[in-house]
Order: sequence, then C-alpha cells, then structure tokens
Amino acid sequence: MTTVREVFETMEYGPAPESDTAALEWLARHDAKFGQYIGGSWTKSSSPFEVINPANNKRIALVSQGSKKDVDAAVKAARKALPAWQLLGGHGRAKYLYALARAVQRNARLLAVIESMDNGKSIRETRDIDVPLVARHFYHHAGWAQLMDSEFVGYHGAGVVGQIIPWNFPLLMLAWKVAPALAAGCTVVIKPAEFTPLTALAFAELADAIGLPAGVLNIVTGDGDTGKLIVDHADVDKIAFTGSTEVGRLIRKATAGSGKKLSLELGGKSPFIVFEDADLDSVVEGVVDAIWFNQGQVCCAGSRLLVQEGVSERLIEKLRARMETLRVGPPLDKSVDMGAIVAPVQLERIRSLVEAGVEEGAQMWQPSWACPTEGSFFPPTLFTNVHPSSSIAQVEIFGPVLVTMTFRTPREAVALANNTPYGLAASVWSENINLALDVAPKIKAGVVWINSTNLFDAAAGFGGYRESGFGREGGREGMYEYLKRDRISVTDDLAAGRAAKATARAAAKAAAAWKPIRRAAELDDADRGGPLVDRTPKLFIGGRQARPDSGYSIRVTGADGRILGEVGEGNRKDLRNAVEAAHAALGPWSKASGHNRAQVLYYIAENLAARSPEFADRIFAMTETDGVAEVEAAVKRLFTYAAWADKYDGLIHQVPLRGVALAMNEPMGVMGIACPDEYPLLGLVSLIGPALAVGNTVVAVPSERAPLAATDFYQVLETSDVPAGVVNIVTGSRDALVKTLAEHDDVDAVWYFGSREGVRAVELASAGNMKRTWAEFDSRVWMDLDEGEGRHFLREATQVKNIWIPYGE
Amino acid sequence: MSPVCQSSDQGRNMQSKVEPALRLARSDAPTPAVESDRPRFSDVHVDRNPGTALDLDIIRGLRVNRSAVERRAATIPARRTVKKEWQAGWLLRAITLIDLTTLAGDDTPGNVRRLCAKAARPVRADLMASLGVSDLSLTAGAVCVYHAMVPAAVEALRGTGIPVAAVSTGFPAGLSPVEERVREIRASVAAGAREIDIVITRGHVLTGNWQALYDEVKTFRDACSDAHMKSILATGELGTLVNVARASMVAMMAGSDFIKTSTGKESVNATLPVSLVMTRMIREYLQHTGYAVGYKPAGGIRSAKNALEYLYLMKEELGPRWLKPDLFRFGASGLLTDIERQLEHFVTGRYSAAHRHPMV
Repeated sequence: MTTVREVFETMEYGPAPESDTAALEWLARHDAKFGQYIGGSWTKSSSPFEVINPANNKRIALVSQGSKKDVDAAVKAARKALPAWQLLGGHGRAKYLYALARAVQRNARLLAVIESMDNGKSIRETRDIDVPLVARHFYHHAGWAQLMDSEFVGYHGAGVVGQIIPWNFPLLMLAWKVAPALAAGCTVVIKPAEFTPLTALAFAELADAIGLPAGVLNIVTGDGDTGKLIVDHADVDKIAFTGSTEVGRLIRKATAGSGKKLSLELGGKSPFIVFEDADLDSVVEGVVDAIWFNQGQVCCAGSRLLVQEGVSERLIEKLRARMETLRVGPPLDKSVDMGAIVAPVQLERIRSLVEAGVEEGAQMWQPSWACPTEGSFFPPTLFTNVHPSSSIAQVEIFGPVLVTMTFRTPREAVALANNTPYGLAASVWSENINLALDVAPKIKAGVVWINSTNLFDAAAGFGGYRESGFGREGGREGMYEYLKRDRISVTDDLAAGRAAKATARAAAKAAAAWKPIRRAAELDDADRGGPLVDRTPKLFIGGRQARPDSGYSIRVTGADGRILGEVGEGNRKDLRNAVEAAHAALGPWSKASGHNRAQVLYYIAENLAARSPEFADRIFAMTETDGVAEVEAAVKRLFTYAAWADKYDGLIHQVPLRGVALAMNEPMGVMGIACPDEYPLLGLVSLIGPALAVGNTVVAVPSERAPLAATDFYQVLETSDVPAGVVNIVTGSRDALVKTLAEHDDVDAVWYFGSREGVRAVELASAGNMKRTWAEFDSRVWMDLDEGEGRHFLREATQVKNIWIPYGE
Repeated sequence: MSPVCQSSDQGRNMQSKVEPALRLARSDAPTPAVESDRPRFSDVHVDRNPGTALDLDIIRGLRVNRSAVERRAATIPARRTVKKEWQAGWLLRAITLIDLTTLAGDDTPGNVRRLCAKAARPVRADLMASLGVSDLSLTAGAVCVYHAMVPAAVEALRGTGIPVAAVSTGFPAGLSPVEERVREIRASVAAGAREIDIVITRGHVLTGNWQALYDEVKTFRDACSDAHMKSILATGELGTLVNVARASMVAMMAGSDFIKTSTGKESVNATLPVSLVMTRMIREYLQHTGYAVGYKPAGGIRSAKNALEYLYLMKEELGPRWLKPDLFRFGASGLLTDIERQLEHFVTGRYSAAHRHPMV
C-alpha cells in the first residue's frame, strides 16, 4: 500500500480508475448478450460472437452475427419506415435528432465507459472527444433537418441507406453516418464493427427510449459477411462506408452499376509538415495529437512527419523527450495518454510492419518504459532514416508509429506530402501565414489543419481525395451524400421508352419544319463545279489536331443514312496522350483566376455563336433534331458557366474554435467525360462547361453516334484562347474509351452518360484509383435549365477541401 | 489494474541524451526511478544561474503559436489526475511550494506575524497525524511581503528556516527611478530578505528593447547578491505569448533564479497557457546553458485542483525536479486553506469548511 508519505517524496502518478460499475450493470441487464435491433425491437441472440476488452483480453459480451435473414428484415423495416419518415418533414425529424443529441448527453459517461472498455481507447478521449462530438453531430444535424426544406430545395432523401462503420471511433462514426441520414429523411441499416459493437447497441436503446419510429434506425451486428449482405442488398439506395481502402474498393466494385449512391471514407498516410519557422514545442504536442491519439488508429493520423532539414534534429530530440513522458496503460485510468490496441490481430499487424521497417534499415526509437504485458498494447514508436521508398512510409500502419523524413523547400514538402495514393488529411506547421496558406491548397487532401491536427466538427466536412475515398461527412457538403436531386426523367424502362418515342416524335416534327440554310454543302456537285473540299476531322490533343494512333477511322452517317464523314478511331494511346496533355495544362488552368476562366468560356460562346448556322446544320444532319435550338442552348450554357466561373464560392464553416474552417471548392483535376449520344453539341458543352469553369482539364469522348459537332467544336476552342490541353477530344467507341479513362490511375474523375452496362463498367473500373464517378444511364433532359445545368454540375466537378485555420497571437 | 508503463530503463536505440544534465552542486544525488533522460530529482540545490550574454538571435528566433499552446494547456488537466493517497501526497507537496503572500496597503506587523505562523505550521497537527506525516516538519516555501514588512517577517520566522521574500523594484509597476529600485533591493536584502521578487519594465518588452530589459534585470541581479531573484514579467501586460517567451528568455539570460508570471495586481495573472510558454522557455534555456531556472506562477491560484494542474504541468514539461521549492513556487495565500480542506476530506471522507482550519 502506497502511503501519503511515499507519494509526498516520489510525486509519482497513482492509479486513477474511472468506475466501470454502471457499464457492467448495463451489460448485466442484458445478460451480456445482444440480438439485433430491427424494426424497433430486439431479436433473440443468435450465432453469437465474443466482444473482447483489448486491455485485458476478457470477454465483455456476446453479440449476434447478422444473417441474411436479419439484413433482409432490417432493410424491409427501413423501407417500411421510409415514407412516414420523409413525410414527417424537416421539423419533425429535427425534433428526433435533437432528442438523440440530448439523450447522448444525458448518458455521456455510460457511453464513454462502454466505448473505452470495448475499444481500448482511453477514457479521457471517449469522455472529452468522442462522446461530445457525437452529441455535437446530432445537434448540428437536427439543424439541417430543420432547414432541409428551405436549404435543399430540389432534393429529397436518398432512401434506405446501408452504413458500415469501423472500430476506431465506434460511436462517433455511427453519429457521422446516422445523423445526416436521418436529417435528410433517409432510414438506416447500420452495421457496427465486429470488434466494437457495444455503443451502437447502447445507442439503439437511447433511440428506442426517445421514441424514434420503428424501422428508422436498424442496427445489425456482425462481421464483414454481414456488411457484404448490406452492400449487396437490392433494396438499399445508398451505401456509406468508413474503413480500409481495400474494402472500399470491394464495395465500389460490388455496387458498380447498381444505381446505389456511394460514399467512402477510407485510409490515409497523412503528412504532418513542419517548416523551420514553426513553434517546435507546439509541433511536438501536435505530433502527440496526430499519431498517439487513439493509439494511432486514426484514418487521418499524421503518420508521415515531414520536417524541414535544418530543424529536424532538434525536433526529433524534442519528440523523443516527449515520448518518454507519455503514459500507456489501462484505458479506464484517467491519467493515461494511450490505451490498448483494438485487438490482437491489429497488434500483430503493427508489430510486423514495424519489424519490416527495422529490417529495411530505418532507425526505430521507442521510449524506455515498458507497456503492460496483459492486453494488446504497443508503445509510441518513431522511425528516422526513412525514405519515400520505405514500406513504412507508404503503408498505412494504423498504429502509434510515426515515420519522419526531411525536406529542403516548400516545393519539396508539397511533393513529398502528395507522394502517396491517399489524400485524407494533412497538417501544416509554420508561423508564416503566407507559407501556410500557400501550401495548404497544394496538398491533395480533404482536410488540412494549419498549426493544428485532428480537429473535427460537425460543421466542417471530412473526407478524402484520391484513394482515401469520396464524399464528405459533416457540414453542408456532407448532407448531399444523403440527398438525391429531384429528376424530370425517370429510370424505369417503360418511361424511358415513352421518352424515347417523344424524342423521336419531336425529331420528326423538327425534320418536317427544318429550313436548312442553303449553303455549299446543299448544292449539287454540278452546280458547284466539282466535289466539296474533303474534310478530315481529327482528334484534338494538347491543343493540336492529331491523327488517331490506330490509323483507323469510323464512318459517321446522318439520320437519313447519308455518309457525313469519318472520324478518327481513338485508342488507348490517344487517351494516354490526352491525359498527359490534360495534366500538363492542369496546373496553370486550375490556378487561373475565375475571372480569367470566365473570359475563356465567354469567348468560346462568342465563337460558337458566330458559327451557329454551320453547327445547326451539322447537328440536324446527324440527328434530324432542331440544331438551331441546340446551338442556342449551348451558347447559353457556356454563358452560364462563364458566369459561374468566378462565383462558385466555398464556405467559411463555423467550427468551435478561434479561427475559421475554409471549405474550398477545388477542381477534381483531370476529368474524363463521356458525352451522351443525344444532343451532340449541347451534351458536350453541358459537361465540359462546369468542368472547365471550376478549373478542371478534360478529356472528352463525344457522342459516338454524332461526333462531328465535337470535332467541329475544336476549331471553336482553337480560336477562343483555350490553353492547350485544357480540353482534349478523342472520338471513337465511347464505352471502350471511357473504360480506359476510368481505369487510368492518373485521371481523377470520370463522368459518363450512356448505357446501363456502360455505367457499370465505368464504376467498376474506377475502383482502381477510387476516382470519382458520375455515371447515368437514364436520359437527362439536357435542354431543361434545371436538369441540364447549375450548381449540382459544379458540385460534381469539385471536391471540398476544409482548411482549418486557428488564429490568435 | 495493471501498472501504467514507466520504468527507469534507458531508451532503446537512444542515440543521445535529450537534455544536458543539470548543473548540480553534488553529483552523487539520489535518483529515484523516474523519466531517465530528464533532469534528476534530488535534494541538492542546483547551481545558481549565472546568466549569459544577451543573445538576440535566440530571442528573435523564438516562436509561439497561441492556439496550439492553448490546446496543449487545456489538455494537461484532462490528461493527468491524482486520487486518494496520491492526491494527499501531492497536496502536501504543494504546500511546501507556496510563497505565502500578503501584499496589501494595510499590512501591519500583526497580520504579517500571523501569516508567518501559518507558514511554519500550515496544517493542523491532527490532520498531519492522520495523514501519517507528523514527522515531516512541513512548512510553506516562503513568506512574501513588501519591504516594510521584512523585519517583522524575519523576526517571526527566525528558527523556522523559512525564507522571507520581498517584492521590490517599485512593485507592482516598476516605474520608479532605477537607482531607487536598486537601493530598494539592497535595503530588503540588508533587512534579511533571502529572496527578492523584482518587477521588470514592461515597456522594454512592449517596445522590443531587449538590451534595456537585459541590462535592467542584470543590474537587479547584481544588487541581489546572495539573495535569490525572481523576475516578475507581469505577463498579463505583455500583450502576446511571444513577448512572454522573449521576456522569459531575456530574464534568464540576465541571471534570474526564477521567472514569475505576475504581481497579482494585473487584471490577468497566472494562467496555464502562459505557464506552458514560460516552462518551455526554462527548458530551452536549460538546453542552451545547462542551468535550471525556477518557475513561479502567481495570482489567481486559489483552489487545490488548480494547484495540482500546475504541478502536472511542471512534471510533464520539465520533470519532477521542478516540484521542489528551489525550482517551483506558487505565489498565493488563499490556496493553502483550500488544500487543507481537501486534506481533511481525504482523512474524514466528509467535505470540509474553511473555518475549521487556522486562517492564513
């Protein structure tokens, strides 16, 4: 027994355990055994699996493995609850979300203790970070529910959503998923991770207690098999997943062509960049919060420390000293900095990666103290002598392991930061505002924290670039993940058939009424004194007309069967060249001012308008539709996006700190765009317009049936000050070409408007680098102003980067 | 509950010592098992900081990010706590670190003598017995008064070993003629004060006149002679945390034995963020010179809980060596009563009342 007298002398920290009594009582009330929460009631426990406390390897509870029957029942319950939940309206849903926020606050400590026992994370974190953020998320989204009818006009809830969440922030991830879904008017089937299902089950009780209507929230526990059942379920309208990039890729493939909306929040290897003028002592604490928060099991953990060479040694010394004072121990002890790793299998993974790092010659450093031997613990670990080529510098370790590298210049820092397939988060440390704000936009990441790290708030979107996934959670941008835009056209075949017939009728009518402008093309050879001068449409790559690599051409016939010409048959190499040209153009174009891009777009419109009779004829010849109207609409549309070019502003989110979170709309990068067959000119312009307005460069594959409007269009581009490579046009077999674009790892986004099979192929191929896709097979009414243009096109052409800027001197 | 990781083994793969060892008067100091690379806990006194030349490159190179400092300061009380025996032990230690202070216009020898008596016997004997520490001869760290009260305090504390500290140099504003400020130090030392709490000219900081600040503090230090000098920076009037950092560093370069936050008369006195900045500067100075400088937060520290937060900060940022009176003091008076109440609560299990403890 330690005496007061001894403590007076040694001034050691003693044990400071948070009581687990209430949590144990809660478990006892359930006989430590749980079924599924489906349709507002609990099923009997079946196919139970063990839930283990990783701090002592003891069993806490038995939880049921969700079967096909369970998932079917849950989806059915969600479907059944959906109409009433949507009808309830924003205010009605807001009241439930508010009640959930309150219920979380009333039961905050119980949830915090259960979370700590289940996951192994420290009670300090669950108490001070996880659970308060959960409540905050429900409050914030109560607000979005309230405002949905006024702030999201033209949108409706996506429907039944299936959600699969990870074990690192079990309840917080549930909140991130459930709150926006419920606010938007969706009903939910959510599967917590098999390692950490308990707080979700406790949350189900809270939802039940506040009277959330049966079926609005269904919780099905189980492992990856259960998750797969949710992903594959035909009656689910949207899948939201947080977890590994590996599983995210499987989900992208599994949902390809299904019409399911998808958001993925995946892995990361986030850079933590320290410039020589940073407050190094604060940097050290930043590193603690970056990589030794939640034992490093954080998708956005700052796991790659990039330090300017001149201060590297000093910083590493400071870090080592700091590591000595970190305390690892029982998660429920209120005086520990780090708790347990979630499970032995994860501990093993960390160990093996660390061993690999040592074998590769990196210098490892760990503090002198030893971790508890019982339970899954791993000490904070620092690697120096690491290079971009080291596996520990590339692989997401998901543990308390930091690798450090040095850089010489801001440019090199950015290059190192972006030298990863991931793009979730970044941290930038400098006391020079010019430097910090210059670097932040250059980093490919969905979140950038200036002089801070791992800050989260419901008001600011969180989510990745590149292979860290897509979609945002939190803020206005996050709401769209659970909304669908009201559409004029409908997806079922019957209606599509009707629409096609209507289009055909309209075409016939237009043909009958067409008064072609009599020009050379309409004259007989005899009148003209010989044939027309032959024209060879080419591909348009890097600002030059290029012959197709294949050496083949494709014949283009008019609606009346006449041969109108031949276009080049583009192939993989043409696309490769086009993508390279688009990349070369991307930097200057994306950095050009909106004003500058607007001028270019206006100029394109001007030059198109000047040649409108020629384009109208061409369109009519190809499609026998009203070419005059289409050209007029295309000119208007270009004006629309010229107008938008300097107006698609970001937001300043009100996050709870002295500072701002800038939600910047950044271009995707290089976009592949496969145009619809109908409206050969308007379709092209409607898609490249928004893409260009926000700073993307484009490789466009025009209408396969009617490509000549697009090949004529490059002459307009050539005369309109469009920088070389900003727009590239490759004609040919559209679906084959777009598949190559969708597979291309250096294409950032693909839009596709074509067949159902084509949608599937694009979405499937996109899984390679997790590029963003917007793929539709149901015809859009391109002439309609609401459906053919506007903010939603711009949103699809951008991704939101949140830059957190705390300030204060 | 399994023990928290901490042992005295050397770091694995450790290539170099993180900090130079303290300049110790004796090198065979006992070293209980604590953070191995930190300055050692010991009973011996550190060598007095002789100061260094003013190095403006260092001063101007200091960086402080306020938001980051505030975030770290906010998590210190959330990351550490002590309970039961540990809390009682820590609170007893806290008492030994208090500069029991009275700095009022209506001070008389009478109330100063009362304060001194409390400093000598800060906790009721029955509580000391219940805590099992009767043999500890626990006293406050010092008694801190105006110059005029020094004789009364010296007299009252004779034989206790408790030093008298005098606030000096035109306290609290520090704007009287410099010769008078120097004379004041000499007079207090002559009257028996063993510690002198000087105030700096804030204007030197606010105008970036580091040379003037350095010269001023150095002059005071010379005047202090054998008396230990605590330099009050009046951080609440320095405007920014960067200024706090720079003033701290200049004061140490000029030979301060302690740096101290406040006079207690500014509208903002000791805070955890300011303390974090100052302790980081102490660490920086230690790394540059090998000399350990003490830290004294003053003003506004009234609760036992708040006092413990400062002790966590010292232990975390500078190590346990800064939990002894030669390197750490609280400038406080009411704090003692709250500590006594918490100690009684530990003993009896009942919440205590101030009137049950002999008043300060």
